[in-house]
Order: sequence, then structure tokens, then C-alpha cells
Amino acid sequence: MSVLELGTPVRTEIRPGPQPSPAAQNRRPRGKAWQRWISPLVLVVVWQIASSTGLLPERLLAAPSTVATTAVDLVQSGTLLTAIAVSLQRVLIGFAGGGLAGVGLALVAGLSHKGENAVDPIMQMLRALPFFGLIPLFILWFGIGETPKVLLVALAVSFPLYLNTFAGIRGVDAKLAEVARTVRLSKTQLIRHIVLPGALPQTLVGLRQSLGVAWLALIVAEQVNANAGLGYMINDAREFLRTDVIVVGLLVYSALGLLTDALVRLLERRALTWRREFLSK
Amino acid sequence: MATRVPVQVSDTARQPVASVRDLTRRFGERTVLDRLDLEIGRGEFIALLGRSGSGKSTLLRALAGLDGEVEGGLTVTDSVAVAFQEPRLIPWKRVHANITLGLPGKGAAQGPKERADAALAEVGLSERAGAWPLTLSGGEAQRASLARALVREPELLLLDEPFSALDALTRITIHQLVLQLWSVHRPAVLLVTHDVDEALLLADRVLVLDEGRIAHDSAVSTPRPRHRDDPDLLSLRATLLSALGVSPEGSS
Repeated sequence: MSVLELGTPVRTEIRPGPQPSPAAQNRRPRGKAWQRWISPLVLVVVWQIASSTGLLPERLLAAPSTVATTAVDLVQSGTLLTAIAVSLQRVLIGFAGGGLAGVGLALVAGLSHKGENAVDPIMQMLRALPFFGLIPLFILWFGIGETPKVLLVALAVSFPLYLNTFAGIRGVDAKLAEVARTVRLSKTQLIRHIVLPGALPQTLVGLRQSLGVAWLALIVAEQVNANAGLGYMINDAREFLRTDVIVVGLLVYSALGLLTDALVRLLERRALTWRREFLSK
Repeated sequence: MATRVPVQVSDTARQPVASVRDLTRRFGERTVLDRLDLEIGRGEFIALLGRSGSGKSTLLRALAGLDGEVEGGLTVTDSVAVAFQEPRLIPWKRVHANITLGLPGKGAAQGPKERADAALAEVGLSERAGAWPLTLSGGEAQRASLARALVREPELLLLDEPFSALDALTRITIHQLVLQLWSVHRPAVLLVTHDVDEALLLADRVLVLDEGRIAHDSAVSTPRPRHRDDPDLLSLRATLLSALGVSPEGSS
């Protein structure tokens, strides 16, 4: 898995004129949606049978039924919710800090050539660092408390947002900037009315990428050292061969990942109405 | 840097809205405008013809203040508006907000909102005021672009082939609209086009740009509404086509 790939900006094209609608391309034949549930269900059933017959020993992987009851127990005992709260807090703080830094630096680099010369080389250099490799240094610098985990998340988040916002700002149609000049917009008005809204679609792409990386960074940070949170719960379970708890933890991670992604998509739909109505035409 | 000097107060009625002296523009080795002279009078409707690459758009961009690298004298009124070949509406602003873009909020007799409403009504686009630009048809988008230019009540309206992407029927309607708007507001118009018939149909004065200079300058005195097959226009058409280096028989 390459973190660099996740950070690579994806160009989104915005231009008037006929375009194949992505919605139309993704549309599957109607009435067949339920068929897509068959294979996952079969997989769970096979898994359950393998566990019940002893083919799949509990110390390797717990049965789906065990996972379900463990999940209920963990919720009732409050363990799971506490762990989620701790992990969620780390992601939120790290994401907020990293997001502000990424977008802020992209504005500095995107809006002036001086800024680009100052910021971009450093960002490109740091981007090439495998940031999980920084964990040992972070532990030396910040110990094993919350700081290194939050910082790792922040660092991971800042790059996709920086790269995409920067590309978004630079990708704003020069022809629209000319319109701004002919209607005598000031530099501030140009940034507010043309540059920032023009960069927004690409920034939102960066937002989705960075949320994915945020969870990934958190998982890695929590695996290495933690005394609370989902990662701690999983690591602790490993000591006692509790594969059911591990599976519950993994499922919660992915559910949280999907949830945050859904939030961004909601945001995208609201912020990019001007484009959606065109695509659905 | 292009100079942008407001027209002097004295004798305003006779001051040209734009005056170009010895204007030169080079792109590397290539000289696109070569010591060009041009004066655009108040309320004059000029069509600027020329082959592709003859520098028509370069001249228009210089007049619009979009080209900072021209050499020579360039005096243009402060009140210029441009409609480009592509409508260039801001896709994330609704049509109405596109029209009011950059309009001063204070000091005018009417607020920007009312002025935009009036401009949209004039181009027949009132009911699309709340639409997103990407949902407009080509003709509608070009009307909106005209409204955005007109709402500024310019003394000089620069039109950079704004009709070339429209279908033939829409083009006829927009031609009528432009003439009507011009006769009401009387801005000076510089219409860049490569369509000789369009130029003859609309303009008072037709210029042909060749090798960076005005190679041909003729007045069109035929009263409006004009018809393509008017004998005066036909003979002028032949002259213009030969000035453009095209033999009339082989053209349309």
C-alpha cells in the first residue's frame, strides 16, 4: 500500500459542454441490487460453518456469531464506546490541525509564486518521507502519550489536502480570472469569488483522501503504543488470543471510516450543487 | 504595461473612446501587431475582420487591458466591458450573481440587484436568473454574457467573436439583440469576427486587419435593417473578401 499514491492529486474536470455523466456510467441494471448481497452473505455463512465445525479454530479467527455477541458485550460494558471516543478524539484533533495546516500552506503556495517557492519544495520533500517511518522519532521526541498519535494523524492528513488544494488553486481557469479583471475585481474579490470556489472541488477530493489516511495513520499509531483507544483494545485482545475482540475493533474502524467518508460526500453534494444539477441534466 | 487613462472631461462628446497609436505586440520573434493605428469614436459600431492569427483578438485584449506587454500608445476609456467567444460565466455563481459580479454596491442610482434584473430582462433571460450557468443553452449563456457586459453601461463594448459558437438560428436572434441593445445604449462596439456577412449586417465601419495593421477601413452607410443581397453590401463584400485574400466565388 502506498501512501504516496493516496496523496497524488486527482484532476477533476469542470467545463461546460456535453460530458458523459458519471452517475450514468455507474448505474447498474435495475432490480439486481439484492444479487450483490449474495456473495458476502455466503462468505459469512461459510465462515460460520467453518468455525462451528472446528475447521477454523477460535484462536485464529472467531466465529461471526461470537463476534456479534462480543460486540454486544463490549458495548454494554462501555469498553467499546470509551475506546471509540478516545480514537475519534485523536482523529478529530489530528485532522483539524493537519487540515488547517495543509489548506493554509496550499493557500500560501497557490496564491503567489513567492509562496510557492517558499512552501512547495519543503512539502514535496516531506511528502517523499514514509511518514510511518517517523514513528520512532516521534516517540523519542514526544514520548508515548497522545501527542505523537495526534501529530502522526495531522501529518498524514496535511499532504493530500495540501497537494489537492494547491492543484485546485492552480487549476482554476485562467479565462475566468480574465473575466475578473475585465469586471475590475480586486485581488481579494478575485480570490474570494473565483479562486477559492474554483479550487473547492479539488479540495474536497483531498478531504476524502485525507480522511482515509487519517484513520490509517491512527491505526498504525495505536498499534505501536497506546493505553486507550481502539488500537489498544485490539492489541490487548491479541495478548489473550481474543480474535473476536480484534474483529470487532477492525469492523468499528471500517465503520468509522465509511461514516466520515459519507459525511464528506454529503458536504460535497451541498457545496457543489452548481455542478450536480448539470451532471444530472 | 497598458495605459488606462480615463477620457478627459473637455469636449467629451468628440473624444474617441479608444485611441491607439503605433501599437506593437510581439510574441517572441513574431510581430502580431505592427505599429497599428486606430481610433474608435463614441457610439461607433466597428467590425474587425481578419484571417486566423491576424491579431484581431490580440488587439481586442490590448483594448480590454488584458495584455500588459504591448508597446506603443494606448488610450482607452475607463468604461470598457468585454463579451468573450465562450460566455465565460462563473459556473459556481447563479446567472444573476454572474451579472452583478464586480458591480459597485454604492454610489449608483440603482442597486446592483435592480440593474442586473433590468439587464437580464433586456436580453430576455429574466426567468433564468436563478439558474446555474452550466444548465444554460449556448444562446442563453451568450445572452447572460452580454447582460454582464451591458449592465456596466460601458462606453466601449468589446465583443470577441461572441456568436461564432452559436447555431445559425440562435445567431440571427442574437444579432438582432445586439443591434437593439446598441441602438438603446449607444456604446461604441468593437466586434471581432471572421464572418464578413456578420460584419456587413451589423457594423457602421468595417476594418480588415492584416500583417499587424489595419489594411482596409470602410464605412457601411446602408440603412438598417440590412439585407444580405443589398447591392451596396454585395459590392463591399467582394472588396472585403479580396482584402482578406479570398476569392468571392470560392467562399460561401
